Order: sequence, then C-alpha cells, then structure tokens
Amino acid sequence: MSDVVISTRGVKKRFGQTEALRGIDLDIERGEVLAVMGPSGSGKSTLLHCLAGVVVPDAGSVHYGEVSVGELNEHRRARLRLTEFGFVFQFGQLLPDLSAIDNVAIPLLLAGMSRRDANSEARDWLGRLGLAGLGRKLPAELSGGEAQRVAIARALAPRPKVLFADEPTGSLDSLAAENVMTTLLKLVRDTETTVVVITHDPRTAAYADREIIVRDGRLSGAAPVGAR
Amino acid sequence: MDKSLALLGLLSVEPSYGYDLKHTYDRYFGSQKPLAFGQVYATLARQTRDELIVTRGEESGGGPDRKRYEILPAGRQNLEQWLFTPDVPSQALQSNLFAKTVVALLADDDAHRLLDIQRAQHMTRMRELTRAKESADILTIVMLDHALFHIEADLRWIDMTSARLTEMKEGLQ
Repeated sequence: MSDVVISTRGVKKRFGQTEALRGIDLDIERGEVLAVMGPSGSGKSTLLHCLAGVVVPDAGSVHYGEVSVGELNEHRRARLRLTEFGFVFQFGQLLPDLSAIDNVAIPLLLAGMSRRDANSEARDWLGRLGLAGLGRKLPAELSGGEAQRVAIARALAPRPKVLFADEPTGSLDSLAAENVMTTLLKLVRDTETTVVVITHDPRTAAYADREIIVRDGRLSGAAPVGAR
Repeated sequence: MDKSLALLGLLSVEPSYGYDLKHTYDRYFGSQKPLAFGQVYATLARQTRDELIVTRGEESGGGPDRKRYEILPAGRQNLEQWLFTPDVPSQALQSNLFAKTVVALLADDDAHRLLDIQRAQHMTRMRELTRAKESADILTIVMLDHALFHIEADLRWIDMTSARLTEMKEGLQ
C-alpha cells in the first residue's frame, strides 16, 4: 500500500513575467528517494521550495501528510521546516566561524537540546559520516567533500522526516560525489527518511529510487504521479 | 577487448598452465562471459605457432593441461604495442538514437517523448549498475564505473539534443 508523505496537485508559481511552475502533480512516498532533474531554469528549485514550504504556490495544493502547507502562515511554515525537514545545498551553507561540531549542533540547540547533548549528538553524526576526528576543524580547513558531509550531518541530526537536497554533489569531483551519495543513502535508508534531491548529474540521480524531469515548469516523461 | 592479447598479458606476469590461465582470465575479465577452454587452447596454439609464447616442462603422456606456457620476447613486444597504442574512440557517429530522432522530427512525431523514453531506460540501467556497486569488490566497481560513465555520456547527448529539437526541426525544413 502506498504511503504518500508529500502530495501536490496543479501547483503553479509565477515570478513576475516568468511562469516557473505550470501545474505539477506529484506524490512522494515515505522513505522514497526521488531525484528531480531537468535543464537550468526549468523550475526544479521552485518545485523544491514549494514542496518544502519555503514559498507558497499561486495555485494548486501541497500537502505534507494531512497538512495543507499553503494554508499555513509564515511562522507555522518555518516551524514545519525546522521540525520536519532537513536541507542540503550545493555550497556555502556552513557557518564559517564555527567548527564542524558546532555547525552540526546548531539545529539541535534550536530544537531545545542542551549544549552537552547537542555536542554529543553532533559528534555521533560526524562519526556516522566518516568525519570522526574532524569535529574541531573550521569549514575552511575541510575539503569540499568533507564540508558537504558536515552539511549532511547537520541536516540529518535533528532526524527530519524529509531531506531536501539541491545539487548536493554539484561542487564535488566524481569520487567525492560518490562518497557523499553512498554515505547519505545508507543513512537515509537506515532511518527511512524521505529524500528529494535536485541534481544535474545522472550518476547522482542513479542513487534515487526514481527520477522526475521538470521541463518548462511541467513534469516531463512517463512517470508523474507516484509511479515508482 | 582483445582476448588473445589479454591472455598474453596474463602470461607476461608469470608462466601458466592453460587451465590456470583460463581461471585467471575469468577472475579479472570473465565475470560477464567466462572464456571457453577451447578458445583458450586455440589461442595458445596460435600464439605458440607465431612464436609469441613457448611451452615448457611438458610431461610425457600429458594432455594439453600438462603444458606450461611462457611468453617470448616477440610476445612481450606485441604486448607493449597493445598497451601503449591508444584505442580509437567509438566512430558510431550515426547511432540508432540519432536516426530515430531525425525520423521523428521529419515525420512530425514526438521526438521529445522518444528521448524521454530513452532517458528513462538509461536511468533504469544506471540505477541497476549503481546498486550493483554497493556490494562489489574494487575491480568490479571500476568495471561498473566504466559502463556508468558511458551511459552518462549518452544521457548528456540526450539532454543536449532535447534542448536542440526546435533548432533541429527548423534545420530539417
């Protein structure tokens, strides 16, 4: 039986004269790893922002479980993102003046965890991502792949139900990208986290259970609504 | 892959009986398709005739497996030539997919759909190969990577062609 965690119907979004999304119907199942592909400017990032409640569609609906995300006010959407979702971006996401451990501990502290527990949990997550011993390093002292794994640790530490990743391997060489994806996939499978990953890279997309192609603000190809 | 040169290469590492050579070959290169014994012995006979290899230590009354094969200087020379002569990149400029795309455009059919279907097929194969890497040894991983990068090259072509269909359509009129 399918267990849909995020569902959209007829989602449209316009920025000025640009129609970024022109009617997206999509079901994402719990625990699924979904790759979102498509040319630059096709609407991939806008779709991710709508799914994650960062922006509200002009028309159509986005449901997270029973919650209609578009009907929440900004404060409640922010709360939803903090408690339910994790985010990983291409680069520049770590706070440069904080150590790896402190970067990972931030969302845990924001969620109300004590400093001691947050540090311990952060150290644990760094270990799972193969970064034990690098906790005291600043982001500038880490390789691109290591920094990206710290960002993943930070995103996964609060145990989000859904992880949104926008080009998580975009700035990495092939081998570092493979290490990041294999580690990420192992962790999300262990925790049954749903993942939506935007990528240009077919080898990154090949780690997903299925892929969708966004072209000119619409889903292209043969597998739109929940066809896994 | 040139199987006879690969066998010659294995013999350059150390002299070997035909039986052992077949198994060494299969270990490194035969995971998809093991080599038949007949093919191994036919290749060894031909290379012996061409004086690329020689048999040593034949025991009386022994069958083919009693012969131990050893590479000769001429064989090493062939091997060096093979190793350091670059392969010609695939010359298949007019692939089947190229032909399908052109025909679809000429016939006013849905070229986007055709490319999307092919992309989905390529992605399915990439997923299979990526899953296979999870439990594979390093040699198999490198072999699977080779296949993955080739499929990726096709996918890049598919994406680029998808973006050029309108321009292609105009060019064909």
